[in-house]
Amino acid sequence: MIVGKTLREEQGMMPKVFGQYVGILAMLLIAVIIGAVMVTGSWLFGPKKVSSYKNAAYECGVEPVGNARERFPIKFYLVGILFILFDIEVIFLWSWISIFKHATPAFQKFTFFEFITYMSTWIISYLYVIRVGAIDWDETVSLDSSKLTHMSPIQESELEPIGVTN
Amino acid sequence: MYYPPVPTVDPLALGPVGILSLFGVLGLVVELLRPKGKNGTIMLISLVGLAASAIALISDFGAGTVRSFGQMELHDHLGSISELILLVVATITVLISEPYLKEKKIAFGEFYPLLLWSTAGAMIMSTSSNLLMIFLGLEVLSISLYVLCGISRSEEKSEESAAKYFLLGAFSSGFLLYGIALIFGATGHFDLLSVTSVWANGSASSHNLLLGGFGLIVVGLCFKTGMIPFHQWTPDVYQGAPTNVTAFMSAAAKVAAFAAFWRLISAFAPSLQYWLAPLSAIAVLTILGGNLLALVQTDVKRILAYSSISHAGYILVDLLAHAKDPSINYVSMEFYLLSYALMTVGAFAVLSLLAARGKEVTKLSDLNGLWKRNPIAAVALVAFMMSLVGLPPFAGFFGKVLIFSDAVKAGLVPLAAVLAVGSVISAAYYLAIAKAAFVDEPNESPVQRPATLGPQTAFVLCMIGVIAISVFISPIQSFFQR
Repeated sequence: MIVGKTLREEQGMMPKVFGQYVGILAMLLIAVIIGAVMVTGSWLFGPKKVSSYKNAAYECGVEPVGNARERFPIKFYLVGILFILFDIEVIFLWSWISIFKHATPAFQKFTFFEFITYMSTWIISYLYVIRVGAIDWDETVSLDSSKLTHMSPIQESELEPIGVTN
Repeated sequence: MYYPPVPTVDPLALGPVGILSLFGVLGLVVELLRPKGKNGTIMLISLVGLAASAIALISDFGAGTVRSFGQMELHDHLGSISELILLVVATITVLISEPYLKEKKIAFGEFYPLLLWSTAGAMIMSTSSNLLMIFLGLEVLSISLYVLCGISRSEEKSEESAAKYFLLGAFSSGFLLYGIALIFGATGHFDLLSVTSVWANGSASSHNLLLGGFGLIVVGLCFKTGMIPFHQWTPDVYQGAPTNVTAFMSAAAKVAAFAAFWRLISAFAPSLQYWLAPLSAIAVLTILGGNLLALVQTDVKRILAYSSISHAGYILVDLLAHAKDPSINYVSMEFYLLSYALMTVGAFAVLSLLAARGKEVTKLSDLNGLWKRNPIAAVALVAFMMSLVGLPPFAGFFGKVLIFSDAVKAGLVPLAAVLAVGSVISAAYYLAIAKAAFVDEPNESPVQRPATLGPQTAFVLCMIGVIAISVFISPIQSFFQR
């Protein structure tokens, strides 16, 4: 990559190149430590109640074994879509933040205003999501009761047994 | 150091859209905090927002063509007129909504913010010649509409309507995007401005790309405006959606899509020889097909859906006349869209009165005896039907005359003839609706629902508007032309 350097000079560069990656290495290390502490901590201190539900393989909201043609809980998609929305949000910031630091003050001022506008829409929508309980699993307790009145209550016969039966 | 360009901002050009979106957010915040089940505040906020947006729009009306936000926002007269019509449509929809939503037990506060954002999307779409902005506006308009169509969650028809509209809308957006990509490939720009020069100087391969892109965008816009053969979603979605949403959608989506369509056709006018024939065929199919299919319907909402298809065909004739003779400007189209918006929204406003006990009641026979139950509504409905047929002295008549004379002036006599034939056919089903409301007696006594102030105001305003814009046709024309 660098032409015309002596071996010694290249060797001299080594710590410098390495130095660029110290941050990433430190981050990797911290990630490993946090993961290890959490897993070990819950293994050591957590209550150990074994049930058939807990021992079942996790399969994204449906029964892992059984008929494949069953009805999915719609809430799964709701939570999934909200997760993706709030996850994707950051990607739009990435292209902006990568040039923000080195840009002209005029550009910085203008785009900072745009950033505030953009983020406030996300914050308001986040508050809305929390308020209507869109990420609560049980809709009958989370949805405003006025929004349930028009729905006919679920009949006992419509309910199907869920979970793994051993 | 980077030197990225800082776009010029024209606050007056952005004003109407910005204010509307902001009031939508405000409505949502009130929905977060509000006491349960009371939409009065949100409705008030929506009306204030619409009024503020209209004031911002009118204060800058006719200021000339300004491009801002790095050429992405285009502030011109066609856009301003479209925005004004959209605001009128949204205001009438807000007026008719609350009693209807309460009757159907779907009085969600989210309805109003979604309506405002949908309007804002339509306004973005009609005030840009940048294809990406047009796409963005279209999606904001459509996604809000998908939700609004399905807002009656417990009703199967409403869910079907939302699902159908979403799937077909997403499909047509694909066509639109593919077309935009091809045009970008040919010109290196997203702006329709660049098309004309590339067409004049470009090679055969760039011509092919441009024509391919044009065709795909036309397919996308024909989906949105409901032209035959891309109309299949229209009757089902119009019928299934809550009536107030249908009222909004039938007018707003068309106003926005036709503004974009107009800019597209203007940009591609030099290549007219290649696409005049297929687009004329679409116009003929749409006018005749829409009117003939409406004849066999028994549901009033479906009849009006097919009627809206045929009206899209009439407007397409005007677009083609403009392409052939550029001296024909958008005044006829905007006048037609204004009159169409008033009469269609008015008709759906009357229909929304019929909903009772949480059910949609829209069979033709359900209108029987309306004359006795609510004379004002019945008279207004007849006025809208006469206007939709195109009988003088109502606005629809002058709208059709303007388009007819444009078509003749541009030498599109066969299309003008089809337009006339279509209007004659349409008289049969429009007058059947009027007859059902006025002459036929109801079999059983229908549910009596007292008309409240909001809808009553809405359709009286529409009725006055339908007559007034035909009385004041020349001031309105010169206002549009300014």
